[in-house]
Amino acid sequence: MRDDHPGQGVYLYAVTYGGTAGERGEVPAGVRGIMSGVMSGVMGGVMGGVMGGVVRPVPRGGLVAHVSDVPLDRFGEEPLRRSLEDLDWVEGVARAHHRVVEALAAAGPTAPVRLVTVYTGEDQVRDLLDLRHDDFMEILSHVAGRREWGVKAYLRRDTPPPSPAPSSPAPAATTAAGGDSPGMAYLRRKKESLRGREDLWRAAAERAELLHAELGRIAVASRRHRPQDPQLSGRSESMVLNGAYLVDPAREEEFAAVLDSCRGRFLDVELTGPWAPYSFTSIDLGAGRGGGVR
Amino acid sequence: MTDPRSRPVLRESSYGPPPVIGRESTNLGDILERVLDRGIVIAGDIKVNLLEIELLTIKLRLVIASVDTAREIGIDWWERDPWLSGRDQELVDENRRLRERLSAVEERLLAWEERTELEPGEHPQERARDRQAEARDRRPGRPRGTEPGDA
Repeated sequence: MRDDHPGQGVYLYAVTYGGTAGERGEVPAGVRGIMSGVMSGVMGGVMGGVMGGVVRPVPRGGLVAHVSDVPLDRFGEEPLRRSLEDLDWVEGVARAHHRVVEALAAAGPTAPVRLVTVYTGEDQVRDLLDLRHDDFMEILSHVAGRREWGVKAYLRRDTPPPSPAPSSPAPAATTAAGGDSPGMAYLRRKKESLRGREDLWRAAAERAELLHAELGRIAVASRRHRPQDPQLSGRSESMVLNGAYLVDPAREEEFAAVLDSCRGRFLDVELTGPWAPYSFTSIDLGAGRGGGVR
Repeated sequence: MTDPRSRPVLRESSYGPPPVIGRESTNLGDILERVLDRGIVIAGDIKVNLLEIELLTIKLRLVIASVDTAREIGIDWWERDPWLSGRDQELVDENRRLRERLSAVEERLLAWEERTELEPGEHPQERARDRQAEARDRRPGRPRGTEPGDA
């Protein structure tokens, strides 16, 4: 066991089943696999975490916290404040965090924690596992054997414009300006095209609602997240659905069939995943520990 | 998990073409969305992350914001995020310059209208005053989202 090193923090990625010798009988085989897999994984015999730290298990009471050491001169309070302003740095940490979580989730039920959750030592991590044992167990049993899929639906670019809505007479324009000035005509065209887009948007949004409801009936649990900005999604079309679904493997085919059937005139549908169950572990476990939790 | 075979059912669906065109799980936006805004929220010992992550999450939410909101406030990806690029002062300055130019253009427009549209017998000063007042009322307030404090 490592003692607290001055200048080192313990970065927590996720919690899985695992355990002590007495509980090993309950541990899914895959988890034991990843335990060794993590330790002997991709990068020259060890799995690299954030900033190249070696990921190691911290077992306690049938649970395992997966951690690595991080330098506090980057992950201390003051340095973090600055570091989080640096997207390149955030990206590096986020990808490393995600890589570890994915590897764990590929092997067994995994409860990922939020980016940059840092402790002063392993003892504090063990305290957490003690204190929140039941919560973690509950989360893990909820996600066990299931996978998270992301579904994003976009307004189809090639959807034909709807027939123009009957425009109400524009009193100001007809009386005062003596017919359409080029400016008025421009504004009217603009308004009509805007109305057309709004209709399209509404139709697509309705279909997205239906799709979400239908996928939600197949999934064990579902969440709607905020639609992503085009800059983030990398697509110019407007996103009308950003959903996450926790699906039993037995129903994945059904899930795929619904996705196929919704490819209509209005929606472009994109599937991502399988993801670690990021969207279905969002229980706030902070309240028990000291120190401002939201 | 990056192995496509790990998702056989959705890949090999017999219901027509597979629903996926390309896997996007390495998309940075998707990853950030998950690692920052989802997952278990626990207070680590490094307390700063609570506030700072909140802030970062809020920034991220602006980017991930609903398309309408994003359009409304004209938000852009990181390099154009004044918070992240430290260019907020630049934006404030630009905003001020644009407002000055707008005022100047309006003044000139008013003067021009006054010359061309004045009805015979109407008192020029009175007409100009009315129009200026009208223009002031019409002038929009600060555009939302252009000041750092707005978001």
